[in-house]
Amino acid sequence: MSVMETITIAAAARLLAEKKLTSVELVNRCLSRVDETDGRVGAFLTIDRERVLAAAAESDRRRAAGTALSEFDGVPIGVKACIVAGKESCSCASKLLENVISPYDSTAVARLRRLGFIPFGRLNMDEFAMGSSCENSAFHRTANPWDLNRVPGGSSGGSAAAVAARMVPAALGSDTGGSIRQPAGFCGIVGVKPTYGRVSRYGLVAFASSLDQIGPMTNSVEDAGIVLDAICGRDAADSTSLDVPAGGFADAVRKADVASLKGVRVGLPKEYLEAPGLSPDVKSALGRALEKIRSLGAETVEVSLPHTKYAVAVYYIIATAEASANLARFDGVRYGARKDTGELVSSYFASRGAGFGREVTRRILLGTYVLSSGYYDAYYLRAQKVRTLIRRDFTEAFRQCDVLLTPVTPATAFKFGEKSDPLQMYLSDIFTIALNLSGNCGMSVPYALGGDGMPIGLQVIAPALEEKRLLAFGRVLEANAERESFVPGL
Amino acid sequence: MSSKTGAIDVSYVAQLARLELDEAEKAAMQHDMEAIVEYIDELSELDVSGVEPTAHAVQVTNVERDDVARPGFGRDVMLANAPALIEGELIRVPQVLPGEGMN
Repeated sequence: MSVMETITIAAAARLLAEKKLTSVELVNRCLSRVDETDGRVGAFLTIDRERVLAAAAESDRRRAAGTALSEFDGVPIGVKACIVAGKESCSCASKLLENVISPYDSTAVARLRRLGFIPFGRLNMDEFAMGSSCENSAFHRTANPWDLNRVPGGSSGGSAAAVAARMVPAALGSDTGGSIRQPAGFCGIVGVKPTYGRVSRYGLVAFASSLDQIGPMTNSVEDAGIVLDAICGRDAADSTSLDVPAGGFADAVRKADVASLKGVRVGLPKEYLEAPGLSPDVKSALGRALEKIRSLGAETVEVSLPHTKYAVAVYYIIATAEASANLARFDGVRYGARKDTGELVSSYFASRGAGFGREVTRRILLGTYVLSSGYYDAYYLRAQKVRTLIRRDFTEAFRQCDVLLTPVTPATAFKFGEKSDPLQMYLSDIFTIALNLSGNCGMSVPYALGGDGMPIGLQVIAPALEEKRLLAFGRVLEANAERESFVPGL
Repeated sequence: MSSKTGAIDVSYVAQLARLELDEAEKAAMQHDMEAIVEYIDELSELDVSGVEPTAHAVQVTNVERDDVARPGFGRDVMLANAPALIEGELIRVPQVLPGEGMN
């Protein structure tokens, strides 16, 4: 196994500290791995090679001078194309923003840079983060590194594929209804959706502001803790970021006792096990995981989330309503692709009509419809009320257990074109969507391989702000997974 | 709430959203939206009387900061993404008022 197949942030930091690896060597290895595999996978939209190599050389000079910014100085990290980085494209995989260069760093990227992490390339995604397969990118599709005929999931599909294929040790994704956890599950990596407000959204191009959250996508639970430690915390530029004690996540992972779950109560939402479309493979992997955790001393309890069947409907009302407002700013006037008809208002129509892809158009229309006069109370207001009921479901469930364990998706990664009906695509988000509405934190941990040879991830859900509990449990699951590592034979 | 299926006027909604759609796109969107709206109509079977709406998962209150000037990114940086400029310092926009323009 080559270094790139085992590299994690933690391992890279050790090798850098022991002077067994330089940042330039590490970045060059990532670039060669991209050259070897990305022609087939298509995870990256762009990589500014000169810039990442210059940053690596600078990092090596700092380390030699004893002024390394942190133990992670010189480690590259991929960034989803909707999380802006200064002087880099912020296309969001949309034609409308194809040539827009961000003048500034998002807070998450700025905080990574401050520790010496090197933002490495712009990763493919569903346009404006709308989709579950990465098929909605305006530029090219991304394939699942485990089977190039299958989707990597979405919307952070480029991030998941690049990390799974070991092109980069880790990446940032964003999660509005499962966009980190679902592709992580499909590609056999770790993905964390932090509590809403845990990570600043400044510089995350908004899809649905009350649901969006940036989070880590990594090859180990420890790495997820490392990245979360780096990016979390109150930020004056995002008034919804929470002023609560932050950090200590990687330590919580390292301290986890992987041989014992004594005293831990694990809840199983019965509605999830009865969900339509749950494949026997995924159900059986979950069953085996339950046996395993019981053997480690955990107590498993059946819980109920009675409003589960309404979560997808609530989500597609609230998320599209917020999206229709957020995407109103893209008019081709101050930035972005403009179709000039010679007159202002018709230029708006032409620029937006030509700039947005089909799924984005569909969601803007739906969001506009549910907010329009006469329908607001019946759809948007009602959805916000049902959102309250969904939150209460989780509050009740967490009275009986410490974490919930569920599937991430009803089945393993599907094939390109398999879900051409938009509603069928939306329904595949059934297990991930509710906790964006409720504000809980959750993660996907690779656990087994299905009969089709594709990874199966399990989702852990914890109460809001309980990321330490979430990650510690995720670490135990990782250590007891059915495979020691999940590396695609690419 | 009764089912609104069949009552969606896609042309009108597209007008509100300022989206240009051709006839084929309109027909496709009509079809998709009707199916989706039929699905989300299942919320009407729930009794939500007396339930407060949730706008944000985490209760947040208004946040204020001191009203002090801070440096921005700079004019040239912000203008670099503009589709068209006049003399390098103004954004050229499509004509706003009818009649003889500056163009």
